[in-house]
This record gives sequence, C-alpha cells and structure tokens, in this order.
Amino acid sequence: MRIAYYPGCSLEGSSREYNESLEAIAPLLGWELIEVPDWNCCGASAAHSLNHELALALPARVLALAEKAGFEEVLVPCSACFTRLAAARHALSKDRALAARICELIELDCTGTTKVVSVLELLGRAASDGLAGLVRQPFACKVACYYGCFLTRPAELAVCRRQEDPQEMEELLRVIDAEPIRWAFKVECCGAGLSVARVDSVAELSGRIVEDAVRRGAEAIIVACPMCHTNLDLRRDAICRRRQTEFSIPVLYVTQAVGLALGLSPRRLGLHRHNVPVRLPAREKPEPVRES
Amino acid sequence: MPRIGVFVCHCGENIAGTVDPAAVAEAAARFPGVVHSVHYTYMCSEPGQNLIKEAIREKRLTGVVVAACSPRMHEPTFRRACAEAGLNPYLCEMANLREHCSWVHEKVPATTQKAIDLVRIQVEKVKRNRPLYPIKVPVTKRAMVLGGGIAGIQAALDIANAGHKVILVEREPSIGGHMAQLSETFPTLDCSQCILTPRMVEVAQHPNITLYTYSELESLSGFVGNFKARIRKKARSIDEKLCTGCGVCMQKCPTKKIPSEFNAGLGMRPAIYVPFPQAVPNKPVIDRANCVFFQKGRCRVCEKFCPTKAIRFDQQDEIIEVDVGAVVVATGYTVKPTSFFPEYGYGECPDVITGLHFERLASASGPTGGVIRRPSDGRIPETVVFIACAGSRDPAKGISYCSKICCMYTAKHAMLYRHKVPQGRAYVFYMDIRAGGKMYEEFVRRAIEEDQVNYVRGRVARIYERDGRLVVCGVDTLLNGRPVELEADLVVLATAMVAHEDAETLAQKLKVSYDTDRFLSEAHPKLRPVEMNTAGIFVAGACQAPKDIPEAVAQASGAASKVAGLFSQDELTREPVVAVVNRAPPPIWSTCVGCFLCESACAYQAIEREEIRTRDGQLIKTVARVNPGLCQGCGTCVALCRSRSIDLQGFTNEQIFAEVLAL
Amino acid sequence: MAESAVVEAANRTAATSAFEPRIVAFVCNWCTYAGADLTGTSRIRYATNVRVLRLPCTGRIDFMLILQAFGQGADGVMVSGCHPGDCHYTAGNFHARRRWIVFRELLDFLGVDVRRICFSWVSAAEGAKWADLVNQFVQEIRALGPYREFPRRLPQLKPAEVC
Repeated sequence: MRIAYYPGCSLEGSSREYNESLEAIAPLLGWELIEVPDWNCCGASAAHSLNHELALALPARVLALAEKAGFEEVLVPCSACFTRLAAARHALSKDRALAARICELIELDCTGTTKVVSVLELLGRAASDGLAGLVRQPFACKVACYYGCFLTRPAELAVCRRQEDPQEMEELLRVIDAEPIRWAFKVECCGAGLSVARVDSVAELSGRIVEDAVRRGAEAIIVACPMCHTNLDLRRDAICRRRQTEFSIPVLYVTQAVGLALGLSPRRLGLHRHNVPVRLPAREKPEPVRES
Repeated sequence: MPRIGVFVCHCGENIAGTVDPAAVAEAAARFPGVVHSVHYTYMCSEPGQNLIKEAIREKRLTGVVVAACSPRMHEPTFRRACAEAGLNPYLCEMANLREHCSWVHEKVPATTQKAIDLVRIQVEKVKRNRPLYPIKVPVTKRAMVLGGGIAGIQAALDIANAGHKVILVEREPSIGGHMAQLSETFPTLDCSQCILTPRMVEVAQHPNITLYTYSELESLSGFVGNFKARIRKKARSIDEKLCTGCGVCMQKCPTKKIPSEFNAGLGMRPAIYVPFPQAVPNKPVIDRANCVFFQKGRCRVCEKFCPTKAIRFDQQDEIIEVDVGAVVVATGYTVKPTSFFPEYGYGECPDVITGLHFERLASASGPTGGVIRRPSDGRIPETVVFIACAGSRDPAKGISYCSKICCMYTAKHAMLYRHKVPQGRAYVFYMDIRAGGKMYEEFVRRAIEEDQVNYVRGRVARIYERDGRLVVCGVDTLLNGRPVELEADLVVLATAMVAHEDAETLAQKLKVSYDTDRFLSEAHPKLRPVEMNTAGIFVAGACQAPKDIPEAVAQASGAASKVAGLFSQDELTREPVVAVVNRAPPPIWSTCVGCFLCESACAYQAIEREEIRTRDGQLIKTVARVNPGLCQGCGTCVALCRSRSIDLQGFTNEQIFAEVLAL
Repeated sequence: MAESAVVEAANRTAATSAFEPRIVAFVCNWCTYAGADLTGTSRIRYATNVRVLRLPCTGRIDFMLILQAFGQGADGVMVSGCHPGDCHYTAGNFHARRRWIVFRELLDFLGVDVRRICFSWVSAAEGAKWADLVNQFVQEIRALGPYREFPRRLPQLKPAEVC
C-alpha cells in the first residue's frame, strides 16, 4: 500500500527513533511510505499561538503538496503534526472564504481530498489484517498505553472513540501479545511544550503519569507521540527528583513495540537512543528477521 | 333587508369628553341599513341595556352595533342583552370608541370622524353576520390517567372522589413510581413509602378507580369529551383473580439473579416477581425474557407450587377499549445513568452511583437493609463524595436545564449518610444551591451546620480508581480555584432528571406537544400549567418538567379539578366561532378539492377527512371537515385555503371584506 | 357609501391641504388588540389616522385584504399580532409571517410599494409600543404621500363578490 508520509520536524531531530522504527516496520506490514515532497514544518504550537492564518497555511501547504502528488491519505506519526493538519483540513472545509484565502497564501490548491491518518489508525488496520500472523516474538510485557492529548481531543478531530478511556492502542498491543494494564492517566497531559520553559511543571505532570503506570504494575509505557516520549523519557531525571523516587520504566513508541514483536533488533528500532534504558523483563533476545 | 340599530355610548365623560356622541349617532342614522340610531350616557347600565332591548323588539332589529368601550370589555354583556330580547347574540358587534379612540386622541374633529368610521365598519360587518348557535358536544364522564406515580395517584383519587370514574394505566407491575423507591423525603425526612402506600391502597380499593397495571396505552383517538382509548394489558402470566399474593412462587423460582429494576440494579429478583413487598396490586408478573420456561421450555416450578393454580403460561396480551372524556398524563421521569459520564468512569465503576441507587441503599427495605455499603465490596464507606449538577445545566451534554430536585436530595443523602455513619465524612461538590421551597433552605443549612457536610463549590473534572478507592479531582472556586483531590469510598452523582426514552412516542400517540427535551408542553407556561394545547388532555408531574413531590401533587390536583370542571356538565358548550368547510348539493358537494393544507396547518388537529360516497358506496371525493369540538377559531385554515372553501363563522370573508370596503 | 368615504377623505385633504394618511390595521384579538386597549387604558396619545380591524389571529389574514384596503383608499396598512411563540392559537402568527415573507416579494415585483405595509408583533402588554408604532408609521406614510395606484374601478362590487 502506497501512502504519503509526513514525518514532521521532531521525527528528523529529537525523536528520530520514531522515524527509524516506523520505516523499519513499514515494509514488513506492506506499507510504502512516500515522503511528501518539499514538506514544511506544521507550525506546531508556535504558529498556533501567534497567527491564525499562518497556523492554517503551514499545514495546509503540506496537505496541498500531498494532494498534488495524488495521494488519498497522508500518514502523520507525530500527534501534534496530526492535529494541526487535521485541524487545517477541518477549518478549510467549513469556511469557503477562509479556504480561498489560505490557498492564495500558499499558492497551491488545497481541497481537502487527502485524509490525515495517524500511526495508530494505520496499525489498527494492520491489526485486523493479519498482523498477528507476523508476530515472531510475543511482546509479553505489562504495558501502560499512553495516548496523551491530541489523539482524543478536540472531539471533532479525535482519532479515538472513547475520549476519556480510549482502547485502540490496547487492542493493538494485545495483538502482539502485550498485556495492557488498566490505569488512570492515559489521557492526562504530560506538560507538552512546557518541557523547555517549565521543566518543573513537566516533572509534576509527567511524574504523575509515570507513577501511576508503575504503581499499577506496568513494565513499559507505550506512546504514539514524540512530545509525550520526550517528557516521559528525556525528562525522567527531573521526574525522579520531583517525586523523590527512582523510576526506571522505559518508554517505547508503539512502532518500536510492534517492531520488537515482528522480530526486529532493538538497535534497528532506535531503542539505544532513549534516555531511560530499555530493559524489558522476560524477553529473549530476538533473532533479527530482516535487515535492509 | 337589514334593520340595524346603532347605540352610541357616552361612557360618562370617557367617550363624550373627546368624541361627539350625538354627531356619531346622527351620522350613523344615515348609513344604509340603519333604522335606529341613538346615544346614551351609560349603555352597559340597566337602563342602557333596556334601550337596546326595547329597540330590538319595537324596531324588529336584525343587527345591533354598540359603539362604546372595547369588545374585550363588554361584548358578553351586550350579547346577553340581545339574547334576552330575542336577537341572536352573534348579531351584535361593538365599535371600540373608547380604548381605541376617545382615550388616545385629542378633542378634535378628526377624532369624531374616526369614531364615525369605526361605527360604519362595524355596521357593514354586522349586516353580514349570521345567527350562530353554541356548539354542544357530549361528554363521557370517565377519565383516564396515564402513569401510576404520585402525580397519577393524586389525580386519580381527586377525580374519583369528585364522583367520576377513573381508569389508571401504569406500565410497571405496580403503581408507586419513583416515590416508592425513595427512602425518606425532604424536607421532613418522612419515610416515603409510609406516606405513599396508604394512597396506593386507596387507589386499589376506590370504587371509582379501575386499575390496569403492567399495561400501556396502545392508541388514543377522538376529541375532548369523546376519546376512544385502546389499552394493552400485558400478559402477567398470572390469573389475578386466583392469585392470593402468597409469594411461594417467588421463593421457588430457580432463576434468582436478575437485577431488580426496583432496586436500580443493586439487588436481585427472581423471574416471577413482585417488584417490592408493598406493591399494589400484590400480584406477581413473569418476566418472560428471563424465565427458564419461556426461554428454554423447562421448569414450571412456580406452577407446581402455586396453591391456587394461578399460573397461566399461555396468557396473552389483552387489548381493552374504553371511552373516556379526558386524559391526564402523569408518566413521570427517569434519571441519566452513570454511563452517561465518561469523565466519571463510563458507568464501569460500581462505586460511582446515582441518587436513585443511594435511595435504595438508604432504604430500610432495600438490598442492604438500609446500611450504606459500597456496591463493589460491601464495605461501609468512610468518605462519600456527592456531586450535584451531574449532567444538568450542561449544554455540552445536551441538558441545559436545572433538574430542580438534586440540590435538595443531595443534602438529604448527605444527611442520611452522616446519621447512619457518624464517623464518616461527606463532601458535596456543587455549583449553586437551589432550595426554594417551603423549609428547603433551612433543610440545607441543617446539613451544613448540624450534620457537618462539607460543601465545596466547584465541579469535578474526573474520577478514577486507585487501590480500591476513588480519586475525585475537583476544584474549590471559593478558594481561588484551588484544585481539590479527595479519596472517596463512594461517589454519588445527582444525575439529571430526564423524560422517558419513549416520551416522544407517547406524545405523538396523544397528539400533544412536547419540547426539545421531550417534556410535555403545557398550554401556557404561566397561566395554564395543567392543560395542554389538545383540548381534554391534561398534564401533571415530572413528565411536564422536573419538579418535586409537593409540586407534582399540586399539579395533579389542578389537573383533576380541570377534569372535574369538564365533567360538571353533560354537554360541552363551545363558542361557535369555528371554521366550516362549505357543503353544496350534488354534483358539487363542496368546493373543497381535498388538498388538506388546512389539516396540516391546524394546530388543534381539528380538520377531519370526510369521504363523500354514492349510495352504493363509491367514493366520489374526500373533503375536509372541521370538528367543531376541537376548532379554536383562529382562521389560519381560511387564509390558507386555495379554493376558498372554508370560512370562519363570526369572521367570515364576507364580513371582513365588508369592513375593509367600509373604509 | 364607500365612494362617499373616499370622497370625504379627498375633500378633507383638499380643504386642509395637508395630507392625512389613512391607515388600516389588521390586528389579532389576543395580543395587539389587547395591547391597543392597554394604550387606551394608559391614556397614551397617538395619531388618529388608524382604523383597527379585529381578527381572531394574524393567521386569518388573507393578503387580498391588504390589497383591497389599498384599493379602498388606504395609504398604509399595518398587520400586527402576537410575538412568535406566543400565538394564542399556537402557530397562526407563524403562518402569517411565512405568508408575509413570500407575499412581500410578489407585491414588490408587481410594483406595490411595500414600504406602505408594516408587519409587527405587539403583545397585550405593549401599549406604549403600539402608540409608537402608529405614530411612526403615520409619519412615514405622510412622507411617502397618498397612495392612489390601485383605485377600485368597480366600486359597486359587493363584499361577497370581492372576497
């Protein structure tokens, strides 16, 4: 299946292991990811807090480029990029005048024919289409599925059905034989962009998340967003200091978890890039299946 | 040939001060058709009225115009006077020379000219008036009350005590409604069942009341005074005449683990059951969906043990047809379940419950014998959090109204909990406290001051489970919006009071209006709270809007008095200002083409379809017919009619056009 | 008789050489008529130019009535009833409003001066509003001048033939 691919800035930088793991599992799942030519930054929270038109024009340009290249869907792994692109598509579809203005700004046609698809959604399709059969190494860990904000809010753009207690990631993890736990912080904010300006806030908010996961017996936290990963993983020292406890629970991208289950090597999936060492109990070293 | 009499009133100085009555009378005398024109100081007085009556007799008047005050003031007075003199009252019109003329203009010639114009307009109208006779509609003096909760019970008793027959239809196996589920009622903390059950028994024993429980309204047709109701009496699978209510069948039934509706799902009941021990009638019902015999063809244990052989597995639903003259709708309410709240756990946490659940826990005859226990593990909770406004006043959840009773019952619940568990702590998260009834405010203060219930003004964002307790994440807005996190053992949500799911279906069966929240609409929000726009159908209780027990009872008595008023005559007399579809001899029959635009426009369902057939039954055409019992005389149909086939008596096209042409 | 009224009016106008508009108001019994009664009870003064015709409901108003009024020499016509949602007969005023919205376009197309038709909602409590409305409308019509576009050419037609 050919699908347009929009990695976004963080997948090229601080969260490159998300990109690596996604590109590693793609061929195994039959996905051909074609990067959107000449893609630009989606604007994230920076554009969104400063200028309404800019905040729509940046993601609209990405959509327009994907549309121009003839794609019906564009895969957007980063949740923030996802929400910006989906929001732009939604806003332009509701307001013809606004759409005209934005298209004029980006000098491209954006008619909204390209749908924005999240990694969770695409993996969900694979899960109902034979993913179980490809599992080489059951994941076999207790996992806390952490969704963060953008997959469940705002309501019109939400990927997940139950906004307070989504189950899509859990269903996916069960297919690779993980054991998702029931826990209370799966959609609570991690502190998001305050990661830079107010690390103490992140330490508090992300600290609560890590604590609840550990308390309920999770052995790994699974995420689908680079920001979530950064706050739960990179800021772990601040969290431990704040909570005066050593938390060693690793944080994995959902693509990494699937990759491990499909038999790919940790190195291939970028697990060595994490701040918190990824040690998963009761797992044998997987045999590499395909290295390309 | 018209012989019109004009009577111009001075009304003391009220009219004469600005208008010249003599000039008006003199001008009127010259109008075509006017044979008598006088003026007098006070037309509404006895001598004034006698002037009219004498003139009618002596001058053989065919119509009367009284030029005086507003018809809204004295039209009935002068029409009565005409009737007494032998002139059809509808041949009398009034010209408004006071409110619309003398009182609003200066003493100038233009004012008197206007008065003359106004009189001329009415003279032209009255020349086209036809005699009209009040419409008489027979009345069946039997009422049907839908719903056997406190409102229905009150209405039924009041109507029955007024000497009329009542049919009370209740869809549950017993009457009593939600009030039977309550433990104590505010503000007196009276035991709910203690005050209710005597009324329930009275209903069952009242000679004028026929009680159909486990029954629903199938259909209603007809009009005020003449309804035909079809009631579906669902099969109880018991011969009620033989059953003694001994209860052996319930003890012997092997299927005992069905969540009890009466206990809001907290307790269990067997497949053959009486909902609660004080049920009226105290006869069981077989829940066929859960009965082993009906589902799998085995068992029949109840039949074996029944001492009077009252079990009837082959019983069928029965349709009962009754004629009634009035209907009182008192079908009550339901509450939103905990599953309505994703932020409070999607209803998946057993220790997050609704107010109705709490009532059953607190109730001495409830599943825990009146001990407050956590549904999950049966432990007595040490900290209970009550959340008011759960769903109500929340447009995002689709419920923008206030449910009215929750502030009061939340205070009650908190008090009951504190009485039963003195070492326990109770918190109430609220937005406002609405305690407007008699002794209500004092009741809430008691909860706060005497029973030390902690009231926190703020909403609860979410609840989650941790180590068997519930973490309640709220905020205290009176402490500058400080977040409040409490660990509770039990959380009680005061969930919104809403109309039943099928309230709309019932309203459509009755052809009554309802609003976007599926509450039934009263005829006028201020002045007609128990009537509905459909004549003969009245409303009482929470099905009209959220309300508490005293209000439901008051409204029920109000509805009952309206019914009694309706039944106080053998015939209903109605103003003959109704629309009429023309009829003509064959082959025309009527100029009506049968488009029925009038039918769809009529707010009162007063247009019927009449089939005109030949002697041997061949259909010639279907035309409209106005039901004079239902028509309210607005005339909308008249303006709509494409073929000018319908007219409004008293305001016919000819009459009104005559007024216009008289300008 | 009807002729003489028009003549009388014309004579009056000629005599005073100041144009006094003739306004006809079709009002509903329950709201506007009662409101106008309240104006009287409150002794609020307004212009003498209006003649009120009482109907049970604005829904009863056939727009031919309005045209006939113009034909009879009315310079302005008012139609007034209960506020939407308050109709004594539930929905009559909704019908009137809908009719007016459709009819206004047609009248305008036919060349009728729709500025001379005033559609309003006056409740039984709005006595002052009725007075203001009348005064304002009379002023507007005075400014617009007499309306003789649609004289009745068959004045001998009886009401039964006209409606």
